[in-house]
Amino acid sequence: MKKTIVSALGAAAMSVTAFGASAATLDDVKAKGFVQCGVSQGLPGFSNPDSAGNWTGIDVDLCRGVAAAVFGDASKVKYTPLSAKERFTALQSGEIDVLSRNTTWTATRDTTLGLNFAGVNYYDGQGFMVRNDLGVKSALELSGASICTNTGTTTELNVADYFRANKLEYEIVAFEKADEVVAAYDAGRCDVYTTDQSGLYAQRLKLTNPADHTVLPEIISKEPLGPVVRQGDDQWFNLVKWTHFAMVNAEELGITSANAEEMKNSDNPAIKRVLGTEGEFGAALGVGNDWAFSIISQVGNYAESFNRNVGPDTPLAISRGTNDLWSKGGLQYAPPIR
Amino acid sequence: MAVTDMPNENEKPKVRLLNDPKFRSIIFQALLVAFLVWLVWGMVSNAAFNLQKAGIASGFDFLGIAAGFGLNFSPFLEYNSDSTFLDVYWVGLQNTLVLAVIGIFFATIIGFLVGVARLSNNWVINKMAYVYVEVLRNIPLLLQIFIWYKGVGAFLPAKRNPADLGIFGQLNAAGLFAPKPVYSDGAGMIPLALLAAILITFFISGWAKKRQIATGERFPVFWTGLGLIIGLPLLAYFIFGQPISAEYPTVGNFGPKGGMQVIPELIALILALSLYTAAFIAEVVRAGILAVNRGQTEASYALGLRPGQTLRLNIIPQAMRVIIPPLTSQYLNLTKNSSLAVAIAYPDLTAIFAGTALNQTGQAVEILLMTMLTYLAISLITSMFMNWYNSKMSLVER
Repeated sequence: MKKTIVSALGAAAMSVTAFGASAATLDDVKAKGFVQCGVSQGLPGFSNPDSAGNWTGIDVDLCRGVAAAVFGDASKVKYTPLSAKERFTALQSGEIDVLSRNTTWTATRDTTLGLNFAGVNYYDGQGFMVRNDLGVKSALELSGASICTNTGTTTELNVADYFRANKLEYEIVAFEKADEVVAAYDAGRCDVYTTDQSGLYAQRLKLTNPADHTVLPEIISKEPLGPVVRQGDDQWFNLVKWTHFAMVNAEELGITSANAEEMKNSDNPAIKRVLGTEGEFGAALGVGNDWAFSIISQVGNYAESFNRNVGPDTPLAISRGTNDLWSKGGLQYAPPIR
Repeated sequence: MAVTDMPNENEKPKVRLLNDPKFRSIIFQALLVAFLVWLVWGMVSNAAFNLQKAGIASGFDFLGIAAGFGLNFSPFLEYNSDSTFLDVYWVGLQNTLVLAVIGIFFATIIGFLVGVARLSNNWVINKMAYVYVEVLRNIPLLLQIFIWYKGVGAFLPAKRNPADLGIFGQLNAAGLFAPKPVYSDGAGMIPLALLAAILITFFISGWAKKRQIATGERFPVFWTGLGLIIGLPLLAYFIFGQPISAEYPTVGNFGPKGGMQVIPELIALILALSLYTAAFIAEVVRAGILAVNRGQTEASYALGLRPGQTLRLNIIPQAMRVIIPPLTSQYLNLTKNSSLAVAIAYPDLTAIFAGTALNQTGQAVEILLMTMLTYLAISLITSMFMNWYNSKMSLVER
């Protein structure tokens, strides 16, 4: 809340002075020496701090990728944890440079907030979690249930649509912080916890007894999650967009953090273009020509990032599914670097 | 001659217009107003320009758009999935006012009781009141809200095993499911009967006062009034065939269903806000009573008034004059503190309008402006009412 007000005051201040967040974000970032990245307040697998304060997650990797592209050093990122409610204001007011916080791409957000979505780094959908002892097997049996969720999310809107469409009654209890939602659900204030399905798996780990809870099979919405930047700064928009594309292209071409160095000697022109040994793609983006090499060698390709953070070997144990490469039946598809 | 040389006192001294103090003060005030108007206009137009430049939607058109999210508490207003953002505003305002009014009601009662107890000659009561005030007013309010909501709330029974409170309904982790009044034909006659009873009581009290002044005879106004106010609506209730019945909560899949749900967030907030503010009101009341000179009590006793009468007719009316102004600021504090509801998901104005609606529309400037003006208006109205009450209670000099 405080942050919202600060940001709003920032917006008010920018009304008096010149436009606070100047158009050339890339120049600002280069001048201050780090990327200010807006993340969640702790969502395992996406953006979560460990006990030493190091952030990890698939959304964090995107920010680290951007830093690697700009500075050749993935560690030059500072993180701003934001609630769902605060996130857009923080970006609009220039408090952060890029918002990488499991944020759903919708028409309203893309058109009325003065923001642009720079791709989709995780295809998600909204689901429900219930206690096993309720004996509920389908979301259609939830009439009369109390549902805990986050305020200021698409989740809140989807749930209203779904229950209206299926003529079910419900009571919504909406908290500002994700942790408060989980705590209230755990304390028995609600029968159901709803958020993006990946989030359900992630938050289930925080419950007192994770095994007592089941994620229902229904997916009630499309939730394409991706990084967001301010509208009207195409250079920065391009850089963030191509950071994600570089990671997907790298996976497709078989370049990993381990073999990136030796791949530089590859004969494949597509690989050469990605790694900057051929062409001048970095200059066009306003960064060094080894931008993609830095991303891949320091952060990894998309598959590495996915498997490290949310994949089958992590506590979240999410399979690639819709997030697999297009060539393997998934939706992750990147335009070629040429 | 000296006398005729003196300027006529009625005639204006001849000074240049620029040096005329009256003219100058008008000019300076006009300049100040013009400057302020320019400043405000500049800020508004600048904000509008920059918002447009940043591609952020502005204006108040969003108020007519369907909000599309659900709310779990709206005691009086209708709210459904077709409701607009303007409806969200009204529901938020309603929930803030419901919280503030109930909070002020309980804070006043508890505050007066504790304040009087602080002055009690009984050592135990006195110290208990002292401990209450010192503990409650020195713990941050937000913490107290969490203690009631998360601490005490954790002991509420599970949703599917509610505690049965008999005629009060059922209590569980989702709140109190109280019986809901159901009105049928003729129910409107009952408030009318109550109104009539109140009017008749006023009339009787006026008449009794006149008669007492004229003849010295007394009339039991209190008991007659009480009888009327309880009796008339009761009579109407039976004459019109018991038009109000109660709908008790039934057993649903997920715990009690139906009835009137009082959500635990509201209960926790009322407890926290009223107990916290009561500690301050207690000190205000104590100060007010101590401000009345001891001689007043002695004079009352000398005139033969009993202790109860002394308190009611002499001490309290004088103490009220000291109490009301600080009491007003406590009421305002409580109203503004009610915005802490956002911390525990009670859908008040700050939470759902300056929170959810702001996030869904992204129109921070418009929404925060509306919210701030609303709190300002609530506070100013409360303060106006208390000023009126204060001037009514203040010393009338004859």
